[in-house]
Amino acid sequence: MLKLTHFLRPWRLHITGLMLLVFVQVMSDLFLPTLMADIIDNGVLQGDTDYIMRIGGIMLLITFFSISCSIFASWLSATVGAGFGQVVRGSIFNKVSSFSLHEFDEFGSSTLITRATNDVTQVQMVVLIIARMLIMAPMMAVGGIVMAFSKDHQLTWILVVSVPALVGLVLIIAQKTIPLFTSIQNKIDRLSASLRESLSGVRVIRAFNRVDHERSRFNANNDDLAETYIKVNRLMAYMMPGLMLIMNLTTLAVLWFGFKRIEVGTLQLGSLVAFTQYAMQILFAFIMMSMMFNILPRAQSAAMRIDEVLKIKSSINDPESPLAANTDSGVEFKSVNFRYPGAEALALTNISFTAHPGQVTAIIGSTGAGKSTLIKLIPRFYDVESGSIEIGGQDIRQQSQQALRRNIAYVPQQGTLFKGSVKQNLLMASPDANEQQLNHALDIAQASAFVQELEGGKDFELQQGGKNLSGGQQQRLAIARALVREAGIYLFDDSFSALDFKTDRKLRAALKDPLQAATVIIVAQRIGTVMDANQILVVDEGKIVGRGTHKQLLDECPTYQEIVASQLRAEDVA
Amino acid sequence: MSQNKNDASQSQSERPAPSMMGRGPMGMMGQTKSKPKNFKQTFKRMMSWFAPFKLRLIMVVVLAIISTIFTIASPRLVGQAIDIITSTLMLRFQGQAAEFDHAAINQVLLWLLAFYLLSSAFMLCTQWIMAGVSQRTVQHMREATAAKLRRLPLSYFDSKSHGDILSRVTNDLDTISTTLQQSATQSITSVIQLIGFIIMMLSISPALTLVVVATLPLYAVATVFITKKSQKHFKAQQLNLGLLSGHVDEMFSGQVVVKAYGHETASVEKFAGINAQYTEAYQRANFISGIIFPAMNFISNLGYVLIAVIGGLWIANGRLSVGSIVAFIQYSRSFTQPILQTANIANVLQSTVACAERVFEILDEEEEQDPVLERITPAKHDENKPRGAVTLSHVSFRYAKDKPLIEDLSLEVAPKSIVAIVGPTGAGKTTLVNLLMRFYEIDSGEITIDGSSFADLSRAELRSRFGMVLQDTWLFGGSIYDNIVFGRPHANRDEVEEAAVAAHADHFIRTLPDGYDTILNEEFSNISQGQKQLLTIARALLANPDILILDEATSNVDTRTEMQIQQAMKKLMKNRTSFVIAHRLSTIQDAQNILVMDKGSIIEQGTHAQLMAKQGFYYELFISQFSSSSAA
Repeated sequence: MLKLTHFLRPWRLHITGLMLLVFVQVMSDLFLPTLMADIIDNGVLQGDTDYIMRIGGIMLLITFFSISCSIFASWLSATVGAGFGQVVRGSIFNKVSSFSLHEFDEFGSSTLITRATNDVTQVQMVVLIIARMLIMAPMMAVGGIVMAFSKDHQLTWILVVSVPALVGLVLIIAQKTIPLFTSIQNKIDRLSASLRESLSGVRVIRAFNRVDHERSRFNANNDDLAETYIKVNRLMAYMMPGLMLIMNLTTLAVLWFGFKRIEVGTLQLGSLVAFTQYAMQILFAFIMMSMMFNILPRAQSAAMRIDEVLKIKSSINDPESPLAANTDSGVEFKSVNFRYPGAEALALTNISFTAHPGQVTAIIGSTGAGKSTLIKLIPRFYDVESGSIEIGGQDIRQQSQQALRRNIAYVPQQGTLFKGSVKQNLLMASPDANEQQLNHALDIAQASAFVQELEGGKDFELQQGGKNLSGGQQQRLAIARALVREAGIYLFDDSFSALDFKTDRKLRAALKDPLQAATVIIVAQRIGTVMDANQILVVDEGKIVGRGTHKQLLDECPTYQEIVASQLRAEDVA
Repeated sequence: MSQNKNDASQSQSERPAPSMMGRGPMGMMGQTKSKPKNFKQTFKRMMSWFAPFKLRLIMVVVLAIISTIFTIASPRLVGQAIDIITSTLMLRFQGQAAEFDHAAINQVLLWLLAFYLLSSAFMLCTQWIMAGVSQRTVQHMREATAAKLRRLPLSYFDSKSHGDILSRVTNDLDTISTTLQQSATQSITSVIQLIGFIIMMLSISPALTLVVVATLPLYAVATVFITKKSQKHFKAQQLNLGLLSGHVDEMFSGQVVVKAYGHETASVEKFAGINAQYTEAYQRANFISGIIFPAMNFISNLGYVLIAVIGGLWIANGRLSVGSIVAFIQYSRSFTQPILQTANIANVLQSTVACAERVFEILDEEEEQDPVLERITPAKHDENKPRGAVTLSHVSFRYAKDKPLIEDLSLEVAPKSIVAIVGPTGAGKTTLVNLLMRFYEIDSGEITIDGSSFADLSRAELRSRFGMVLQDTWLFGGSIYDNIVFGRPHANRDEVEEAAVAAHADHFIRTLPDGYDTILNEEFSNISQGQKQLLTIARALLANPDILILDEATSNVDTRTEMQIQQAMKKLMKNRTSFVIAHRLSTIQDAQNILVMDKGSIIEQGTHAQLMAKQGFYYELFISQFSSSSAA
């Protein structure tokens, strides 16, 4: 929590004002019982009605004053809470946007999403609660003690017993229940996990008639959860009655000792009544403070998760004086080694090859061989460990990332479309593209027909991630998006896998003309997709184990032969 | 803290952790809550779940009432004690030498002590009992819901989002449990307190009670006014929060494309825009809702001042005693608490009943029916005949009434033959599997297995004849051994290992740190996709079914790995009737019978050679897969 406090700096004045206002408001509220005591002692018991009216008037004024302070304080606390959240949220989003894929892999994008959304909301909520209550509680406690003390020194000793008793009770119960609440959370997670499994495997479970197995698993978890819940709630059952009892016994003690002191004339009746009210306010303030210690640890872990992200620096940065982009788009790998963050083994070992403009270079290999990794190095999503990648004879690390990527059109494995219209998605690649260019790109990507059938055509609104389209449709739009960009280098990362073979073939035929002058690199698993390439690289376990044309590889490369054999029957190979 | 617990789409990680604070201090700030469709009926139904705990519930009610009565009576005792003192003090003021009546004071204070102790003790009892009752009730509900899910037809799971079902069984039931625990007794005590306080106040002074009652509309007006004002902003806040999360989700998961097309700046700008809107709504909503508490306090203080003044005047002319007024002030200040609580509970109850409604929706779904018992005939066994003959005659089936899918499909499959089914996506291949496994019921026609009609067999009996290997290699968190033995629960260790050997899985299993006892981790990342598939094959081998279904079993692995799996598959298909659905035609060329499906019907049928010679749909499909312009 403390690590994020510097984000509060812009609101220093607000916070100071807030504390002042809360102080004034607490003090005026604390003044009311004293005035009430005055009414009893000097008005009622003396029968002075004018006095009663006058003090009553003062009490009313104070009440108005108090609420004015409260309203202004509420405005300040809301402003601080809102502003704090905005800045933290903005910082973390900007930070993550600057991350390279390296940092994304290190954290995992799902936790980054949680940190930028939920964790910030958590912390923001706690800041608001602190601004509203945690500032008030200690003031109320101290103010109450001062006022109580001013009414009667001796009676204040009662509080020396009841405050520790009360705080002790809350803390002991908290100490016993908090671990149980954590274990409940785990048990709920386990229950959901087992249920999620039963849902996703419903076909298999039924096919194997194993419904009973699922029942016993679920029931065991369910019983366990219920037992823990009961245990924790039975502990919590002591909280309210315990607190009530301590407060009530405090009242009783105040009355008991108070009467003794009234009897000898050292205390007035009104002061006794006022004292009782102060005692209650003090105890209430302490309850509030001890409850607060409950919320803070949770915000603490959220704050730490946020801080972790903010502390990390992106490992890929632009050079200080970037070279201007080169017009030549030949791609050359020079003895490239690469390993994923934290991995023991290299993902790519000693990769060297050249992809020339006007040619198609295809990369084929088994899943996990490193094909996608290889292609992701070209737009500098990751940096090489050793060796270099050059475009037009220039190391890509000498250019700005913006300039480098502007010359590349990349099609990812999954479509990866965004919420918005089809048109907006296409324009992402090139904001200035005109209608004709868009249509042309859709034509080549074999997407025109289905886009026309969508409601609104190119204005059809995609859901988040393009989920309202089929996998093949998403992939074709992703290809169209790449084609809208007039780039020197086109990278297809297994981008035809969701297409049926017919469409795949048509699409590749259509691509030939428009990409005539470009450097094209295609990653694929199907032999059919790579057969026509000018150069085929066979990758296995991160190494290039064969290179050449289809015909050459058929003669020379055993891995390629195996792949071919697995897909084509002997008589078709020739 | 938990305002949107009911949001069905919420993922696990978003669910607020359970805490000592229960609903938390912000719970009453009233954000957008879901409303039940039929409150009364659902509420009644929820109550019926308490039936097994009737006695304990009655006890809770009685104890709660007694405890509350003690709470209500206490201030009056305090008042009495004060009056005893005042009377002496008054006498002293008038100059008389009066002594305090110690016996009377002691007696009152002893009573007070007893009341306090009993009140707390009884309150503890109610909470203690309620902990058991509420959690057991929810446990039963959870069990019933899970049991119901086991009886629902596949169509239910295919049509509903799993996240939504999951959220009902966890989040919704959790909300119900919290409410039962925290609000059930509270609602009883609140009502009794409300009545008790009014009675006590009336007994002290009807006129002053009128003053208190007169402040009530002020509370109502203030609350309604403030809530209404803030509601609008809370809605905007919620809406923008959704937009924020959506944007973050999309940008972070699509990071590769964002970077590839240099979209970072645009994304950051868009985020800043939504963030600013969210912040504005947040500031307004929380500013306004933050006033509720001070406003209540203000009105309460107004009443306090009025009573102090009026009471003071009346005491002065002897219409009331000091003790009564002290007691009255106590009552009037506590009076608002049960009102606020009742309002809060009403709110909580709304969302709880809405949760219960969602749970009951599951319980009301129509279950899968097995044929009536008398009609179930044990499958005919003719020991001499080979088993595994399947016949479909004039089968029709539609998922949706208005969308024809399979119409009048007939097919005969000889025992121990291999039938391959090919065709474009949406042709109805997987639907056929759904019908064969009886995951879905056919609309008309008949399917028989070894002469017994599906309609006469129980699902369990029917499914015990089938084995399945699917594209989705479903395994569960547990050991490798558990996952294989899942195919036949009573198999012994040797049989399991035998199946693994046959499935070519034994070798890799033994290279894992704990061999067969290796626990598959949550993401199943300790074994590869191909290895997972081998495990599912071992599972099917162990089950040793008469009929086997392979639905795109190798589409998720690359072709080289597929070759290795193929060998295991061949063993699996040996001596069984097999239905093989495949995307890659290379895998099915050896089948005795290839069915080419399109738009729900079989358009071509024959062996590979026959179909190729025909140069029809299959031929084209095959050519497109296996040739490119240079090779063709």
